[in-house]
Amino acid sequence: MPWNWFDRPLPADWPGGYWWHLLVFAVFIVGLTLTMVMIFIYLERRGVARFQIRPGPNRCGPFGIMQPMADAIKVLFKEDIVPDKADGVLHWLAPVVAFFPALLILAVVPFHNGAALVDLDIGILYVIAVSSISTLGVVMAGWSSNNKYSLIAAIRAIAQTVSYELPMVLSIIGVIVLTGSLSLNDIVARQSVPFIFFQPLGFLIFLIGLMAEMNRSPFDLMEAESEIVAGFHTEYSSMKQALFYLAEYAHAFGGAAIISTLFLGGWKGPILPPLVWLLLKTVLVFAIMFWARATLPRVRIDQFMGFLWKGLLPLALINLFFTAAEVLVWPDGLPLALIPINFVAAGFLIVVWSGLIKFGGGRVAVQ
Amino acid sequence: MLADFGAIGLFLIFAFVFAATMPLVTFTLTRIGWVRRKPNPVKNDTYECGLRTIGRSWVQFNFRYYFYALLFVLFDVVVIFLYPWAVGIRKLGLSAFVAVSIFVAILLVGYLYAWKKRALEWQ
Repeated sequence: MPWNWFDRPLPADWPGGYWWHLLVFAVFIVGLTLTMVMIFIYLERRGVARFQIRPGPNRCGPFGIMQPMADAIKVLFKEDIVPDKADGVLHWLAPVVAFFPALLILAVVPFHNGAALVDLDIGILYVIAVSSISTLGVVMAGWSSNNKYSLIAAIRAIAQTVSYELPMVLSIIGVIVLTGSLSLNDIVARQSVPFIFFQPLGFLIFLIGLMAEMNRSPFDLMEAESEIVAGFHTEYSSMKQALFYLAEYAHAFGGAAIISTLFLGGWKGPILPPLVWLLLKTVLVFAIMFWARATLPRVRIDQFMGFLWKGLLPLALINLFFTAAEVLVWPDGLPLALIPINFVAAGFLIVVWSGLIKFGGGRVAVQ
Repeated sequence: MLADFGAIGLFLIFAFVFAATMPLVTFTLTRIGWVRRKPNPVKNDTYECGLRTIGRSWVQFNFRYYFYALLFVLFDVVVIFLYPWAVGIRKLGLSAFVAVSIFVAILLVGYLYAWKKRALEWQ
């Protein structure tokens, strides 16, 4: 079923030739990421301000839309302080390593039918592999700062990313079972109905895993101000600190793009051009993220790990086998009648499972 | 397919260079004197809420998630085996589904044991 007249596929080397394709898409991805980061920062600051009944940034330009730009210029002219005891090279390299994987994630996201930098046939595996590199940057930052808070944050970062990778990966398998392909372009092309309807539980688990992996609040334990100052970027200032900030939002954009591609139908949608649809869905996912940030308090580390290992992981496995059974019964595409059944099953599982688990003694031993 | 990864490699270099130029801008601006740089011992000290830091931070550190790391390796290996099955599920049919179920069930025994032994709690 064609969705609209934009649905014609683009050739794989769209503007013509390998090198032109590479150049155009590389510049496009970097430009889009920076623009979206600015939009996200603006939206989040204004949005969270509204949640807290205060105006938010409203001085630079109309409605304060120039605020991210002003911040960027300001931060460029700040003094770069490197502590005497820090490891200079690692300290310099860490924000770079934290930032560039966010751009790499977007290399396989299709912005139009067939229009990605590269349509890898193992696209989603590549995304999983690349998205965990940025943890290395965080660990490098924590280690090289020679600061105890930073070190604790780095150690937490590893525990967090390592653990939350599992439910994310398992909920992705649910989507792959439905499509039978690892290429992101194929996954979008086969979503005549967005997969969130067949995978409501998988979507929720993936979203929570994503928020944990991007260290957004309620899961931002590695930069918990009340416990460890600013976490891994305590000793950073100037452009390097801004690069960490940029990395966080660029990752949020990359992750939101992946989640829209996997579960929300990617570039598909009526009337508007595909790129606009993708960006709209991305902004929607990001809105859920900062809504969670404004509403929920930060979790404690033992609750956080217990929630993953006792809550999300078994649910992700159940979701996977449930989906696999459905696909085996209806191999030629799931009937639409399954949609309400899926939602009821997901709600039932969440309610029952949250009654089954409890988070240990709730005591963190301090020695 | 290798050509695809060539494109990824080129983009990786592009992204890395782009990310690396941003700190370099501030570095250059400091060099030509647009950004002032006035280091002093207090400013360059390690930050610790106003106290003087005692000792180094590069010490042996009890990181408390040994069990998580073990379980992560266990489940990550499972996931690697699940991906090919998920791609080919329609061709492989019911027998593969049963086989994978048994495979995961064996690992679940280990998982339940870890849960029972309270290895899933942050200590």
